[in-house]
Amino acid sequence: MGLEQKLGNMGVVTTTLETVVNWGRTNAMWPMLFGLACCAIEMISTVMPNNDLSRFGMELMRASPRQSDLMIVAGRVSRKMAPVLRRLYDQMPDPKWVIAMGDCAACGGVFNNYAIVQGVDEVVPVDVYVAGCPPRPEALMHGILTLHEKVKKEKIKDWA
Amino acid sequence: MTYIEKTVTALKEKFGDAIEQVAVFRGETTAWVKKEVVVEVLRFLKESPDLRYTFLADLTAYDDWPEEPRFKVAYQLREMTGPVNFRVTCAVHGDDAELPTATGVHLNANWHEREVFDLFGIKFAGHPDLRRILMPADWGGHPLRKDYPLGYEEVEFTFNFDEIEKKKPYAKE
Repeated sequence: MGLEQKLGNMGVVTTTLETVVNWGRTNAMWPMLFGLACCAIEMISTVMPNNDLSRFGMELMRASPRQSDLMIVAGRVSRKMAPVLRRLYDQMPDPKWVIAMGDCAACGGVFNNYAIVQGVDEVVPVDVYVAGCPPRPEALMHGILTLHEKVKKEKIKDWA
Repeated sequence: MTYIEKTVTALKEKFGDAIEQVAVFRGETTAWVKKEVVVEVLRFLKESPDLRYTFLADLTAYDDWPEEPRFKVAYQLREMTGPVNFRVTCAVHGDDAELPTATGVHLNANWHEREVFDLFGIKFAGHPDLRRILMPADWGGHPLRKDYPLGYEEVEFTFNFDEIEKKKPYAKE
């Protein structure tokens, strides 16, 4: 088809800058350790060899917010923990995304009371919600892949 | 004489009227004491050489509003070699809910008393560091009292979805 056919043999491809930037962002998105409660167990088992998360480049779960792109809020957030969560989210550098894993992070789950924040989107803006109590590792991976598809559609000026 | 009977006899001998009642229910013995002597009772049970109730397993309270006296504070004691379980309860009125602290006798009462203060509002006189432990430091009210509102969010159905969505405090970036 013209240019790609001729240049492919020389190891040159043409594409848009946005595609390359988004491809780079999705292929090695480092999650931040934010396992709070029972969903953390399922998040751990997603990284374990049976359902391997490192095939997406995400086995490096950084404990430091300064070195991570993705915050997977796994578990219930209590009212005492909410300012801490917001502070850690603010310390993450751009671009950053949030996955609310499990029912408690998405909507308060079974805990409809004074002590639990009813949905973590009252505290941080969420990109993908993964339902389940707890969601199976396959479900969390589906959520992560949905986030990847969302990131691939982003424009550069969203994070500029 | 079983250990429990020995305990009850010794308590009644030493404290007399301050032990209001001893209740036995399904194998568990509870001594109801007046709140002025509760720390002496704990100290006697811990340090008396033939009653070695050295472990304070739990310190909780429950609320019986609108009955008076409103709060009942329960000290769950345990003697380790038996092991034998014994409970000391005292009734506290709601108007001036205050008790002497048990941290002088059992050191682990520190956090248990903080929890009772946080969730019920019962103050402990002489406590080294009485502040909230479970709720945020600037929370108002005491959640486990029976007259505290449940604090739940209304369940969203299709007919009230829009109204709830307008009021929900979503986070901005």
